[in-house]
Amino acid sequence: MMPALELIRRDLRLAWRQGTDVAMVIAFFVLTVVLFPFGVGPEPNILARIGPGILWVTALLAAMLSLDRLFQADHDDGSLEQLVLSSPALPAMVLAKCLAHWLTTGLPLAVVAPILAILLNLGADGFVVLVGSLLLGTPVLSLLGAVGAALTLGARRAGVLVALLVLPLTIPVLIFGVGAIDAALADLSSRPHFLLLGALLAAALPLCPWAAAAALRQALE
Amino acid sequence: MFAGQDLACVRGERLIFEKLEFELSPGGTLLLVGPNGSGKTSLLRVMAGLLAPATGHLSWNGRDLAAEPDEHRAALHFIGHLDPIKPALTVAENLAFWLRYRGVTPSAGAGWHRGLGAVGLAHLADQPGRFLSAGQRRRLNLARLACIPARLWLLDEPMTSLDTTSQTALIRLMGDHRAAGGMIIASVHGMIGLPDAATLDLSRYAPGVEARHDAGP
Repeated sequence: MMPALELIRRDLRLAWRQGTDVAMVIAFFVLTVVLFPFGVGPEPNILARIGPGILWVTALLAAMLSLDRLFQADHDDGSLEQLVLSSPALPAMVLAKCLAHWLTTGLPLAVVAPILAILLNLGADGFVVLVGSLLLGTPVLSLLGAVGAALTLGARRAGVLVALLVLPLTIPVLIFGVGAIDAALADLSSRPHFLLLGALLAAALPLCPWAAAAALRQALE
Repeated sequence: MFAGQDLACVRGERLIFEKLEFELSPGGTLLLVGPNGSGKTSLLRVMAGLLAPATGHLSWNGRDLAAEPDEHRAALHFIGHLDPIKPALTVAENLAFWLRYRGVTPSAGAGWHRGLGAVGLAHLADQPGRFLSAGQRRRLNLARLACIPARLWLLDEPMTSLDTTSQTALIRLMGDHRAAGGMIIASVHGMIGLPDAATLDLSRYAPGVEARHDAGP
């Protein structure tokens, strides 16, 4: 387990030193959400109604934006080759990369989301559920994204290709993430939605690193 | 004893080499020679377990390596054409990461200090990776050899962009490794000053060449 922790530490340190990567994801999230009132008009009721959907779809796109850097930089400078060679268990290495990606993408998105929720006039009941659903849903995005990023490694226009591959797979996360917030706003229980989001995470946690590891081996041949 | 039998390699539907055999005992060195495109890098990647051979197999002390590929990969050094150096990390941080990732505890040897000392980079320890020259990047990559123990070194043209002093330092490192019973397989252009190193000429194993040591028609 120690090599995995070292890898997370290194990736976090790199993200800290090259702060632009994280800042760009957050800036994209904020700017895109801010565009919606201009597009659909500043009617508070409409914004409150579509707010959960806007926040989730935008968070999804922001997470996609950062996926190409998951393995690409390590691939380009030869680090990936060395990581694959020196990893006793490759899926554990992939899992560490996913965790580092989530800590620098999903977590900041969940932190910023409540501020944007105020802008969209989202009901106060939805705030905790919004953060909770993002905390539970965004790790699934990182895990699914790792499979896409590994499959498209070395491809031309890999960033766009990853989005095309991964976005359809993220629909369940989107449905239950938005569903949880809508339920809370309608005074219903969010529990079933959270359970389903948890189930998605529980399925992605063992399957995605394993699939991504296989794709990485293929990419390095 | 590290050996390969009947190895063949196909890249992009083109057969690069076939019926290749080699054998290396502890402390031994094998130099891969041959023209560009003769498969030196491919053979090294096959030996490292990064590339599956089209036919044949590799064995370690008589045991087939296909049975335990991960242990084999974790017990070797592969120095390829790329230098895995992060521009945002300092020279010391770059090397220290690989040390810890390979599970080398600081007490075993003097850690990255020894590695940087062996390649003459100790004075640049706090320099960010982005300011290194090509030769310095190469030396930082080679520093892993000095401070992370491994039974087998696979070096793909290790002398590239090294100055004379660094070449001498590398040859000394290789000598120490061999004296400790380690094995080295390196692809080279031209001669390098290693005593009693065996040579494997890959052009002899190119498809269609019949002048092999063992082969009939």
